[in-house]
Amino acid sequence: MSLDSHIPSGPMAMKWSKHKQDSKLINPKNKRKFTVLVVGSGLAGSSAAATLSELGYKVKCFCFQDSARRAHSIAAQGGINAAKNYQNDGDSVHRLFYDTVKGGDFRARESNVHRLAEVSVNIIDQCVAQGVPFAREYGGMLANRSFGGAQVSRTFYARGQTGQQLLLGAYSALNKEIAAGGVQMYPRTEMLDVVTVDGHAKGIITRNLVTGKIESHAGDAVLLCTGGYGNVFYLSTNAMGCNVTATWRAHKKGAYFANPCYTQIHPTCIPVSGDYQSKLTLMSESLRNDGRIWVPKKAADIGKPPAQIPESDRDYFLERKYPSFGNLAPRDISSRTAKEVCDEGRGVGPGGRGVYLDFAEAIGQFGQKTIAERYGNLFAMYEKITGEDGYKQPMRIYPAVHYTMGGLWVDYNLMSNLPGLHVLGEANFSDHGANRLGASALMQGLADGYFVIPTTIANYLVHQKPGSVTAEHPEFKKALEVCTAQTKGFLNSKGKRSVDSFHRELGLLVWDKCGMARDRAGLTEALKRIPELREEFRTNVVVPGSGEACNPELEKAGRVADFMEFAELLCLDALNREESCGGHFRTEHQYPDGEAKRDDENFSYAAAWGYTGDFAKPTLNKEPLTFEEVHLAVRSYK
Amino acid sequence: MSAVFDSFSRFYASSIGKKILVALTGLMLIGFVFGHLVGNLLIFAGQDAINEYGHLLQTALHGGGVWIARVGLLAAVLIHVVATVSLTKQNNAARPDKYGQHKAQVSSKSSHTMILSGLTILAFVVYHLLHYTVRIGNSFNSDAYKIDLHGEKVHNVYKMVIDGFSWAPASLFYLIAMALLSSHLSHGFSSLFQTLGISTDKSEPVFKKAGYAFAGLIFAGNAAIVLSIWLFGYGR
Amino acid sequence: MSQLNLHLKVWRQNAGQPGHFQDIEAPEIPDHASFLEMMDIVNERLISKGQEPVAFDHDCREGICGMCSMQINGVPHGPEKATTTCQLHMRKFRTGDTIWVEPFRAKAFPVIKDLVVDRGAFDRIQQAGGFISVRTGAPQDANALPIGKVVADAAMDAAACIGCGACVAACKNASAMLFVSAKAGQLNVLPQGQPEKDRRTLGMVRQMDKEGFGNCTNQYECEAACPKEISVRWITKLNRDYAVAAVKEALGNTPKVAGGGD
Repeated sequence: MSLDSHIPSGPMAMKWSKHKQDSKLINPKNKRKFTVLVVGSGLAGSSAAATLSELGYKVKCFCFQDSARRAHSIAAQGGINAAKNYQNDGDSVHRLFYDTVKGGDFRARESNVHRLAEVSVNIIDQCVAQGVPFAREYGGMLANRSFGGAQVSRTFYARGQTGQQLLLGAYSALNKEIAAGGVQMYPRTEMLDVVTVDGHAKGIITRNLVTGKIESHAGDAVLLCTGGYGNVFYLSTNAMGCNVTATWRAHKKGAYFANPCYTQIHPTCIPVSGDYQSKLTLMSESLRNDGRIWVPKKAADIGKPPAQIPESDRDYFLERKYPSFGNLAPRDISSRTAKEVCDEGRGVGPGGRGVYLDFAEAIGQFGQKTIAERYGNLFAMYEKITGEDGYKQPMRIYPAVHYTMGGLWVDYNLMSNLPGLHVLGEANFSDHGANRLGASALMQGLADGYFVIPTTIANYLVHQKPGSVTAEHPEFKKALEVCTAQTKGFLNSKGKRSVDSFHRELGLLVWDKCGMARDRAGLTEALKRIPELREEFRTNVVVPGSGEACNPELEKAGRVADFMEFAELLCLDALNREESCGGHFRTEHQYPDGEAKRDDENFSYAAAWGYTGDFAKPTLNKEPLTFEEVHLAVRSYK
Repeated sequence: MSAVFDSFSRFYASSIGKKILVALTGLMLIGFVFGHLVGNLLIFAGQDAINEYGHLLQTALHGGGVWIARVGLLAAVLIHVVATVSLTKQNNAARPDKYGQHKAQVSSKSSHTMILSGLTILAFVVYHLLHYTVRIGNSFNSDAYKIDLHGEKVHNVYKMVIDGFSWAPASLFYLIAMALLSSHLSHGFSSLFQTLGISTDKSEPVFKKAGYAFAGLIFAGNAAIVLSIWLFGYGR
Repeated sequence: MSQLNLHLKVWRQNAGQPGHFQDIEAPEIPDHASFLEMMDIVNERLISKGQEPVAFDHDCREGICGMCSMQINGVPHGPEKATTTCQLHMRKFRTGDTIWVEPFRAKAFPVIKDLVVDRGAFDRIQQAGGFISVRTGAPQDANALPIGKVVADAAMDAAACIGCGACVAACKNASAMLFVSAKAGQLNVLPQGQPEKDRRTLGMVRQMDKEGFGNCTNQYECEAACPKEISVRWITKLNRDYAVAAVKEALGNTPKVAGGGD
C-alpha cells in the first residue's frame, strides 16, 4: 500500500498557512454532534482535549493515572524551544526548522518540522496567558537559555520542572473545559483496544482500573496521545506506567508503526545499583558544562577509590576522542563512548556500568559555592539516590533510554493510515526523525494538541456522519470479548514467574542487543530469543488477584504482553535499517572515527510497518523522505 | 437584605469564614483578658484602688456601660465557642479512620488541645461568674461586703477577692484554668494573624514570640493574685 | 552496600470493606533500594508465595508526578524532609526497624485498595476555578505583559506543588488548605489571574469544603510534610483573598455567585 502523507503543495514556509486555508470547516451547530475520544492526558492529550472542547466538539479523555496532571510529560526538566528570537541572537522559524531537521539526522518529514517551528511561538503565548510561571528577567521579560548545544538561546524554562508547569497549564485548560461540560474525564482508565468499523477507528475498549469493568466507548474519531515505548527496555527514565499498549493495539488493528528503532539515549543518568532497580533517573545534561568525564586507564583500577587514581592513570575519553567538543559531545556520541569504555572492562561502580563525572577541577577553579549555585539541586538529587556526595567524590553516570522518536505513522493531518485514528506527541513518528533535540519534546506535544489537530481533524470529520456508530455495534462486542478473554487468560495462567521478572528479562535483552549500539548478530539473536520469552510468558506468568477490582499486576501483565510483541518489531526495524543515524547506531555502519554513517541513497525513508498476524513478517511500507530546504550533510562534532 | 444575609450565611458556612470569625472574636477576648488583668492587679494598690475601679465599671454610662460590655463579650464568647465546636466536629469527621501511627513534626501540644483547653476555660468562666459576679453559694452579696468609699456605699471587691482566694479549692481551680488559658493563648494569639491573612515570613516569628509573652504575662499576673493571697496571706 | 532486615506493618484493605494491618517480614533489603523498590521486592516475594501483592500508587519515581503516597511511620512520604516516597531510600532506615506503612487517610481520600486512595477531590477543586479562562489561540504576545521576577518567582514557588496530598495526610484535621492555597495562589498572584481572582477563590474554597476536608488550625504540619516545601504563607494569602472576595460578593455588584460547592 502506498503511503500518502498529504503534504500541501507550495513553498515550505507557506505550506501550513495554505493548509489551514484549504482545511474544511465544520458548522458550529454540527461540531457538538461529534464525539472525539482522546486517549492520554499528557501535553498532547490535555491540550488537544481542551482545545477541541473549546471549539465545540464533545470530548472524552482517558488516562490510566489517577489524575490527568500526572501524565509523564510532567517529568521533563529542561525546557521548551520556541523561535521567538526574544534574545535578538538571530533565531527564526527557519533556523529552528533547520536545526530540528539536521538534529534529526535527516530522517524527519520536512513539512511537519517546519509547521512545528512555526507554531512554537504561539505555544509560549498560550502558556503565559494560562499562568505558566516561566523564568523571567528582572525587567519582567521572559528569560531564555541555550540548550542541548544550540547556538541560539531559544529555550524557555520554569526552574527544573518545565514539563510539570506546561502540563499544569494544559491540565488547567482541560479543567476549564471539564467544568464547562465539554470534556468528560476518565481517570484510572486504560485503553485496551481500538475498535474499527468498516476500516475506520470508531471507538475504544477500556478497563476501569478501580472496578475492573471493561467498557466500550464509541466516537467519531480517536486520538492516541499515549507517549513513547521506552519501557520496552524495562529500565528507562520513563515513568513506571508508560507503555506501548495503545499504539501497539492500534497497530494490530491496521495502523502502521514507523521507525521503532529510533530510540534516544540520555548520557547523564544515575547508573543501575542492583537488580532490584525499577527505573533510572536523569540528571540535567548541563552537568557536562563543568564536569569532566573519565574512567581509569587500566581495568585493574576500577575498584580503587577515585581519589587514589592519579591523573596519569585516568582516561578522559571524550576529551581524548573529540578534542573540540570534549565533554559536551552530542548525546548519542557521549553515550556510545561511555558504553565502549565499559565494554572494555573499565566501567566503575556496581556492575561496572558507570563512568565518573568529576567536578574536582571545577570546584578548584570556581569554588564549591559557585558549583552549588549552578547545580545544587542535582547534587542533592544524586546524594538522595546514591548516598554519595558529588562534591567530595566524582559522580557516577551512565546512559539510559529517555525518549523514543519512532511511533505510529501519521500524515500531515496527524492521521494514521487507519482513517479516524489520529496520533499526537511522542506516540507518533513525525517530527524528530532519528534523533530529538533537547527541549523539543514539549514543543511537539503542545504543537500537536493546541494548534495542529484542532485544524486538521475537521478534514476527516467533515466526511463523517456524526454518531453514525454506537457502542452497540457488533464490532464493539467482538473487541470487548477479545479483551475480556485476554484478561481472563492472564488471571487463569497457572505459572510461576511474576510479570516484572519477565519485563526485566525482556528489557535486559533488548537493551543489550538493541540499545545504544546494534549489530546484525545481536539483533538476530534477539529476534530468536524474544519469541521464546514470549512463549514462556504465555505459559509461565502468574497474575494474582481478581479482574473485578483494582489489580496492578493485571495492568502490568497486559502492558508487558504488548512489549513482548513490540520488541520483535523494534529489533526487526533495527535489523532492516542497514545504516547508522541519530539514535540508531549499527556498529557495521560507522566511519573509522566512530561517527555514524548514514546511507541516504538506500535509507532516506520512513519505515512504516504493517501488521500481518505474523510478528516475524510484517509488511514494510516506505515513505520516501525528500529534502527541499535543508541539504543533506554529514554531522561532525570533531 | 436577603442577599446580604445569604452571603453572611455562606461566609459562616465556609471553613475560612468560620475561622475568620473565631479569629476576630479571639482578638476581642484577648483584649478583654488583658484589660481584666490590668484591672485586677489594682488589688496590689490597696483596698480603695480596686473598689474604686469596681465602682467605676458598675456606674459607667449610668450603669449601661457594663451591660454593653457584657452583651458584647457574651456574643464574642458564643460565636467563638459555637464556631470552634462546629469546626472541631468537621475536623473529626474529616478523618473517620484513624492512623495506626501519626506523628506531629512541628506543631505544639497546646495547638492540639485547643478545644479541650477552650472548653475547660469556658467551664471556668461560668464558675468565675457565679463566684464573683452573680455571687452564688457564698455570702459576697451580704452587707459584710459593703463599704464606704468617698461617702458612697460600694461593693467591697477587695475583701471579696481576698476571702475568695483564701479557700484552697477555688484557688487551685483558678490556677489550673489560668494555665490552660495561657496554653490556649500560646497558639491562639499568633494563629489569629495567620487566619486574618496578616502573617508574613518576617512577622510570623514576632507574632509567635508575642503570643508566648502574652500567654506568660496573663498566667503570671493572674497567678500572682491567687498565690499571694492563698499562700502568702496578702490582705488577710 | 549492606542489607536490612525489616518488619513491616502494612495496611491491607479492599474498597468498601474494613481493613487491617498485616505483619510482613522483609529480610535482606538492599540499602540502596528506594522505598518503592523495597515494596517491589516485598511484592515479588508475596507473589512467589501465592499471595496478593500490596497495591500502592506510583508512576514517575523521580518525585514529580505526585502519584506515590503512603504514610510511613506516621509521616507522609516518610521521615526524610522534602522527599517523596519514591525518592526515599532504605539507607535512611536501620536493620531491625519496624516500619508502619499506611494509606493517606482522609474522608475525602477514600481507600481504593491497600495503600491506593482516590484523590479525585483535588481534581474537582481545580475544576471549580483553578484555571485562567483563555481560549487557545486568543492570547497576545508573551512578552506584551511584563511580570516582575519577584512575582514570577513567587508564582513558581506555589506552582511547584505536585498535588500528592501529603498536606492532607499530615494535617490532624485532614485539611486541604495548603494544596488549595498553592493552586489558587499561583494564579491569584499573577496579573493574568486577576480578572477571575474572586470567583476562583470562592469557587475553590467552597468545593474544598464540599469534598469533606477538615479546617486549617494553623499548625503547619502540612508545610513540614510537603515534599516540595510549599510555604504556609500561601494559606495566609488564601485566607486574605477569601475574606476580600466574600465581602465583595456580599456587598459589591458581583453579577453572579461563584460556582463550586453549590
